[in-house]
Amino acid sequence: MMPDVPDRHAPPAARPAPEHAGPRPTRRDLERYAGLFAARTRVMTSSAMRDLMAITERPEVISLAGGLPDTSTFPPETFAAIMAGLADDACARALQYGPTDGAAALKGCIVEVMAAEGMRIDPDDVLVTTGGQQVIDLVCKTLIDPGDVIVAEAPTYPGAVPTFSAYQADVVQVALDDDGMRIDELEETLGRLEREGRRPKFIYTVPTFQNPAGVTMSLPRRRRLVEVARERELLVLEDNPYSLLRYEGEPLPTLRSLDSGDFVIYLGTFSKILSPGVRLGWAVAPPPVLEKMGVGKQGADLCSSSLTQLFVADFFAVPGRWQAYVETLRMLYRRRRDTMLEALAESFGPEATWTRPQGGLFVWATLPDYVDTTDLLARALSANVAFVPGRAAFMDGRGGSSLRLNFSGVRESDIREGVRRIGAVIREQVALFGTLSGREPMRAVPRPGQEGPPLADVVALPHRGRRSAGEP
Amino acid sequence: MSTVAVLKGGRSLERQVSLRSGARVEDALERLGHDVVAIDVGHDLVARLRDTRPDVAFVALHGREGEDGTVQELLEVLAIPYTGSGVSACARCADKVLAKHHMRALGIPTPDFFAFSESAFKGLGAADALPAIEDVLAFPLVVKPAGQGSALGIRFARSPADVAPALLAAFSYDTKVLLERHVAGRDLAVSVLDGHPLPVVEAVPGGAGGPKETAAEPPFYDFEARYEIGRTAFVCPADLTPATTAWAQELAVSVWQGFGCEGFARVDLMLSEPGDDLFVLECNPIPGLTETSLLPQAAEEAGISFDALVARIVALVPTRPRSLPATPGRGTP
Repeated sequence: MMPDVPDRHAPPAARPAPEHAGPRPTRRDLERYAGLFAARTRVMTSSAMRDLMAITERPEVISLAGGLPDTSTFPPETFAAIMAGLADDACARALQYGPTDGAAALKGCIVEVMAAEGMRIDPDDVLVTTGGQQVIDLVCKTLIDPGDVIVAEAPTYPGAVPTFSAYQADVVQVALDDDGMRIDELEETLGRLEREGRRPKFIYTVPTFQNPAGVTMSLPRRRRLVEVARERELLVLEDNPYSLLRYEGEPLPTLRSLDSGDFVIYLGTFSKILSPGVRLGWAVAPPPVLEKMGVGKQGADLCSSSLTQLFVADFFAVPGRWQAYVETLRMLYRRRRDTMLEALAESFGPEATWTRPQGGLFVWATLPDYVDTTDLLARALSANVAFVPGRAAFMDGRGGSSLRLNFSGVRESDIREGVRRIGAVIREQVALFGTLSGREPMRAVPRPGQEGPPLADVVALPHRGRRSAGEP
Repeated sequence: MSTVAVLKGGRSLERQVSLRSGARVEDALERLGHDVVAIDVGHDLVARLRDTRPDVAFVALHGREGEDGTVQELLEVLAIPYTGSGVSACARCADKVLAKHHMRALGIPTPDFFAFSESAFKGLGAADALPAIEDVLAFPLVVKPAGQGSALGIRFARSPADVAPALLAAFSYDTKVLLERHVAGRDLAVSVLDGHPLPVVEAVPGGAGGPKETAAEPPFYDFEARYEIGRTAFVCPADLTPATTAWAQELAVSVWQGFGCEGFARVDLMLSEPGDDLFVLECNPIPGLTETSLLPQAAEEAGISFDALVARIVALVPTRPRSLPATPGRGTP
C-alpha cells in the first residue's frame, strides 16, 4: 500500500521548505528496506545506552561518559597561521585527492611520533588511515570471514565492538587485571579454541592505559604475548592511542618493538596527541598485510583527507612544537586524573574499587555485582551526571557492575562534582539493596568525607566483596 | 493556518525517542501548512510558550513530565490548547500502579500485582513481606518501575534470589515499583483514535535479528527492540480470530473511556498462551510517533496516513480549558 500523498501547501516565505520532497518513509516502507539489508546488519546493533546518552547533551548534565581529548587547549592562532600558510602555499594540493597510503610529509611525522615511542620504522611500512578506527575496520576487512575468532580483552574498547560485529566476527574475551590482559588465560583460551577447531585470526589489545580499564600490560606479559603470537603464528593488533599521555612511571616498550613487526599490526593515531577532528591514524603492519589493507582502504575512501594531512605536517614542521603540545596535554590531564582519584576516594563507598591509571583518559570502577550500572545510569542522569556503563565493553553480558569514567575532557570542578553525584547515587543503591535483600537495615547515607580512609591506592580490579551498607 | 508548538525532547529517559517523534510531527505539520515552532522542553518552557503564543501545543513528549500530566497542567495554566489526553487521564495512565487499580475497579482484566514504594522498604520493612508476595504471584515475576515508559528497568525474577536485584533495578527509575504476575503469551497493542480502536498490532520480539536472548532473561520486547528497525517484527493486523480481535479492541476502548483519555492513546495487552485470555498491561497517553512506532502503523493499516493522523490529532484538540471539571468519555464512539 502506498502512503497517502498529502496536500502540499506552500510553506510560509520565511520558512525554508523541508529538504525531502514528500512525507518521511512509513513503517511499512522501512520494513521494505529491511528486506534488502545484508545479513551482517542483523548483528550491527547500537544500544539502548545510546538513547539514554541523549540526555547528556543537556547543559546541566556533567558527562564523565565521553572519551574526548580537550581540544580547547590548541592555540587558535597556530591553527590560523597553519591554515593561512596552506592557503598561500598548498591550496590546490590541500583540496586535491592524495595517495591512498598517505602524504609523504605526514609519514615523516608518523616516523617521528613512533620514534618518540621507541620504534624505528620505514615510511614505506606506514598506511595512513582516517582515524585509528579505520585501522580496526581494515584489519577486520583483511582478516575476518564471518564466524572467524577475534580474541579481545575483557573489557575491550567499546568502539571496536560495532566493527567486530559488522564483520560477523566471533569475539572471545580474555580477562585483564592490573597488569593488563591475563596471558595465562589467553593461552588457555587459545588452547581451547584449537581443540574446538577454531583458529583465531588476531588478538586485539590496547596494552597501554587501556580503554576502558585504564590498566597497562606489564613487560613480562608483553614479552609473553609476542612469543605466543609467534609460536602460534597469530597476528596481534596493538592499539596504542594513549602511550604518550603518561603521567607517571617509566614507558614500556610497545609490542611492535618487542616483536620487530613480524606478527604485530601497530595502530597509531593523532587523535589523542593532537586532534581527533583531523581524523588521522595509521597502521604499521607486515608488508603483505599492509598491502591488503591498502587495497581495502581504496575501496573504503580512496585516501584520507589531504587537507588535514597537510595541516598536521605543517604543525610538525616547527621543531619541538608537537612535543610541547603533548606536554601541555600531559600536565592538564595529570591534574584531572589526580582530581578524579581524590574525588573517588572521597565519594565512592567502600564497596567500590577502581583502577589508578598511570596515563590515558579513563578510570574503570567496579561496584558490587548486584548493582547494574545501566540502571544506575538512569538514576545518575536524574542527578545530572553520566558515565559509560560497563556492559558496553563486553560482548557477552559481563561488565554489568562496572563503569567507565573519563577525566580528560572535563574541568576539575566538574570532575569533583560529577564523581560526588555518582558516589551519592551508589551509596543510595547500596543501602537500598541492603534493605531490599533484608541483609542490613537502612542506615543514614554517610556524607562524602565520612567514609573512612582514602581508597585511591586500591587498584585490584574485579573485587566484589559485599560489605554492608554504610559500613565505615 | 495556525501556529503549532511541538513540545519534544525534555529530560526524560525517552528523550531520544521523543526527539524522533517530534521531528516527524513537525514535518507533517509543515506539510499541512501550519507554522511550526519546535521546543526542546527545558527550564525556559513557560517563557518560550509565552513568547510564541501558539494556537495549539502538540505534546510529543514521552515519559516523565511529558506523559504524566505535568506539562499538560502547565498548558492549562497558560490556557494553551494541547493535543491528547488531559491532566487527570495522563496522571492515571502514567502511574502503572494507579492504572492497574483503576482497571481492577473497572473490571478490566490485568495481571495480578503488588506495588511498593521505596519508603515501604526503607521504613516499613516491606522486604519481610516479599516471600508472601512470591507465594501469591508465583515465579517468574515481572518487576517494573511504576512510572517508566518503554521497557527500561523491567526485569524478570525467576527465583527469590532474583527479586532484590530486580527491585533495585526498578527503583533506579522510580520510587514506586510493581511486582506483577508474568503472563506468557503474545504482545498486542491497540491504538485508539478519538475513541475508535485501530487494527491490532502484534510485536514479535526478534524480528530480522533473532531474539536477543541471554541466559538471564527470556526473549523480551525490550527497550532497544521497541525502537530499532528490524529488531522486532510487527504484524498488523495481528493474526487473531475475529472474536479475539474484537475483544482486544473492546478492552482498549473500555480503558480509554474508563481513564478519560482524549485524542489518541495506545493500550498494551497480553494474550496468554495457553489459555487465550486477554490482560491489559498499561495505557500510554502519548504513544511513540517514530518510524517504528505502533500507532502510526495501525493508523496506516486503517488507511490513515501519518499526515492525516497528525491533522486528526490536532483537529481533536478541545479549545476550552479542560482541567476543571474533568471530561471523561469525550471520545465515546
